[in-house]
Amino acid sequence: MKKVFQKPESLTDAKNHYCPGCSHGLIHRLIAECMDEMNIREKTIGICPVGCSVLAYDYFNCDMLEAAHGRAPAIATAIKRLLPDRFLFTYQGDGDLASIGMAEIVHASARGEKITVIFVNNTLYGMTGGQMAPTTLLGQVTTTSPYGRKAENEGYPMKMAELLSSNEGSAYICRTAVNNPANINRTKRAIKKAFQVQEKGLGFSMVEILSACPTNWGLNPLDAMKWIEDNMVPYYPLGEFKVKEEQ
Amino acid sequence: MERVLMKGNEALAEGAILAGCRGFFGYPITPSSEIAEYMARKMPKIGGVFVQAESELAAINMVYGGASTGARVMTASSSPGLSLKQEGISFISEAELPCLIVNVSRGGPGLGGIQPAQSDYFQATRGGGHGDYHTIVLAPSGSQEMMDFAMEAFELADKYRIPVMIMAEGTLGNIMEPILMREPVTKFSEKPWATTGCRGRKPNIVNTLHLGNEELESRNHQLFNKYQIIKENEKRADAFLVEDAEIVVVAFGIMSRIVKKAVIEARKKGVKAGLVRPVTLWPFPDEHIRTAAKNARLFLSVEISMGQMIQDIQLALAGRVPVEFYGRIGFTPNPEEILQEIMRLAEREGL
Amino acid sequence: MDREQQVLFAGFGGQGVLSMGQFLTHIAMNAGKEVSWVPSYGAEMRGGTANCLVTISEEEISSPLTENPMAAVIMNRPSLDKFESRIKPNGTLVINSSMVDRVPERDDLNVLRMPVNQIAAEIGNLRGANMIILGAYLQKTGIVEVEEALEYLGVVFKGKSESIIEQNKAAFLAGVEYARNEW
Ligand SMILES: Cc1ncc(C[n+]2csc(CCOP(=O)(O)OP(=O)(O)O)c2C)c(N)n1
Ligand code: SF4
Repeated sequence: MKKVFQKPESLTDAKNHYCPGCSHGLIHRLIAECMDEMNIREKTIGICPVGCSVLAYDYFNCDMLEAAHGRAPAIATAIKRLLPDRFLFTYQGDGDLASIGMAEIVHASARGEKITVIFVNNTLYGMTGGQMAPTTLLGQVTTTSPYGRKAENEGYPMKMAELLSSNEGSAYICRTAVNNPANINRTKRAIKKAFQVQEKGLGFSMVEILSACPTNWGLNPLDAMKWIEDNMVPYYPLGEFKVKEEQ
Repeated sequence: MERVLMKGNEALAEGAILAGCRGFFGYPITPSSEIAEYMARKMPKIGGVFVQAESELAAINMVYGGASTGARVMTASSSPGLSLKQEGISFISEAELPCLIVNVSRGGPGLGGIQPAQSDYFQATRGGGHGDYHTIVLAPSGSQEMMDFAMEAFELADKYRIPVMIMAEGTLGNIMEPILMREPVTKFSEKPWATTGCRGRKPNIVNTLHLGNEELESRNHQLFNKYQIIKENEKRADAFLVEDAEIVVVAFGIMSRIVKKAVIEARKKGVKAGLVRPVTLWPFPDEHIRTAAKNARLFLSVEISMGQMIQDIQLALAGRVPVEFYGRIGFTPNPEEILQEIMRLAEREGL
Repeated sequence: MDREQQVLFAGFGGQGVLSMGQFLTHIAMNAGKEVSWVPSYGAEMRGGTANCLVTISEEEISSPLTENPMAAVIMNRPSLDKFESRIKPNGTLVINSSMVDRVPERDDLNVLRMPVNQIAAEIGNLRGANMIILGAYLQKTGIVEVEEALEYLGVVFKGKSESIIEQNKAAFLAGVEYARNEW
């Protein structure tokens, strides 16, 4: 009989704690599949953020660290510099990466750190109960923008892929989504490409992934997927923003 | 052996390198920057890593990452920078990552000034960040000790899996004194817990999150058991003429040397003065304080602050002997003024 | 001579005050003495003035700081105003008279005056003021023997070009010469 579904070796057997329809679990799986396919599990060190994915160190079957809120890129920087032949990835939410950890991410990119950042953009702070993030869309209601985000008061949602692609040190910057099978496949290809960019030592790589937080969006999982398509993709265009070629 | 003249900051940096430090992560701030500058020159030549971080926050988190690989790594800063590092120090303490953190301290609060100060004593000895934890704190008093303590700090850090802090007043970073060069360290302990990639073993996790009630409590107990062992083994102080001393002056760092001179002069004037110099600020050498209290009528804490260590002296003495305070901030007290204070107290007490 | 001597060097930032002190520290260490050099730093640096305190001792140095040094080498007027009152009773005050337009107020001090800038101009080495005054000071006080100091000059300036070392030696000797004749 042919096996059609198998847990990647790069994931542990631990049962994850994510809400139904949450994108985190799926994204973990895509990362793990890439690690398996590239046979890098034993030399990969992952850093998880503070956010809903804080427990990701229990889910990845490789050496893992848990970072202070927003600081994963600084931690990854030091490890990669001291152990240049290992694979480093950080896994960060939008509050973690684009708010409290803005300095760390921008400078890791500017320095061209040879690390891969998986950036899960779900437009809000999931773990703490759905507060506004720098990525919250205009008009979007969150618990701290109860009347909808207004540009006059809260400013504009930040486009991290575009921002970081302007840094010379960024070698691969891509934005994908996980709202349908085609996009999921594209996401996996992007993650793999980011890992390959790291393997070749070209510089900093990041995949921004538009993801669902059905719980805090107040939507069922299916509607959440549609919400990504209807609301996020128009503001956060998908595609590759920076692809540095080998010299 | 040949003596070389070195600035305290450079002696400390060289000591760290001799101890096998191969990762430095820092952000410039006076009066500590020469440590970073020295490392920036040296690290590339010895296969080490130097990163000028975007902030002290990033720097301390780089230390978190660097230490997790098992390498000997450090950061150095000065008071305002240490405030920013507190987040990371709390995490590093919980994750039990050995490393060296240097505070070439200056005056506060706020931006304060760049004058040497000891007003980060509470921050250094009480943990400084959130949660129940301690770092070992060493207070050197001259260039040679800047080097030697940097080397000892790494040994202590590895031995107990704890961040070790060196707290040195700004003067010590700038002062130049002759140094006897030490031999490089060649023996290092194994670090099977390091996150280096899991080839041939189970994955390692460096983590500070403990969601379960029992888990959190038992974690804190584990840490405190370790702190207890450190308290039993690592308290250090120098005592000078305390045997028959009626006035015991307590001072650390550069102040201890200044006080020593005042004590010598006071003795010449017939006042039985003595000095206790805490070498470890945490664990605080309370037993040394009690031993020195045998004939004491009075203790005097001399600090470059508004009075912080005095509380530890009072705790150690538990009300048995009164403790006076003399301190300045913005200025470093001179031997002459301390002598004056000793004489004033001696006269008041009829000694 | 006292077993421990503390000398303050003070002047404008560009007058080589810190390196003059460092140089003395260096040669005294090489001559087998205990030494320390503490630069002004912090609030004292403002206004472009610099100073450093050198301690030279036959035994372990307790305090590298003092309010009252036994000697001061003063390179400009503001430094005289600031430090005159702090010198120990009966201490020594060396003054660069090219840059100080008043006489000291105290009468207990052993005052040694020297037109340093003029001498520097004469020997064609305007940046050599610090070495000139140091040469004179050592000749007068003998903290370190002049011959010994010359010997270590090469060590201290290790890595510098031959001509720079020679220029510094010449300046140093011009100071020695002045002290021999005038003090
Ligand atoms: C210093 C600090 N500030 C605040 C928090 C509280 N906190 C925990 S998770 C979080 C936001 C996480 O949001 P995001 O990064 O978007 O990840 P998500 O939960 O949505 O996956 C915040 C603010 C914290 N843990 N530490
Ligand atoms: S709160 Fe949102 S992001 Fe967090 S686990 Fe649930 S669905 Fe996922």
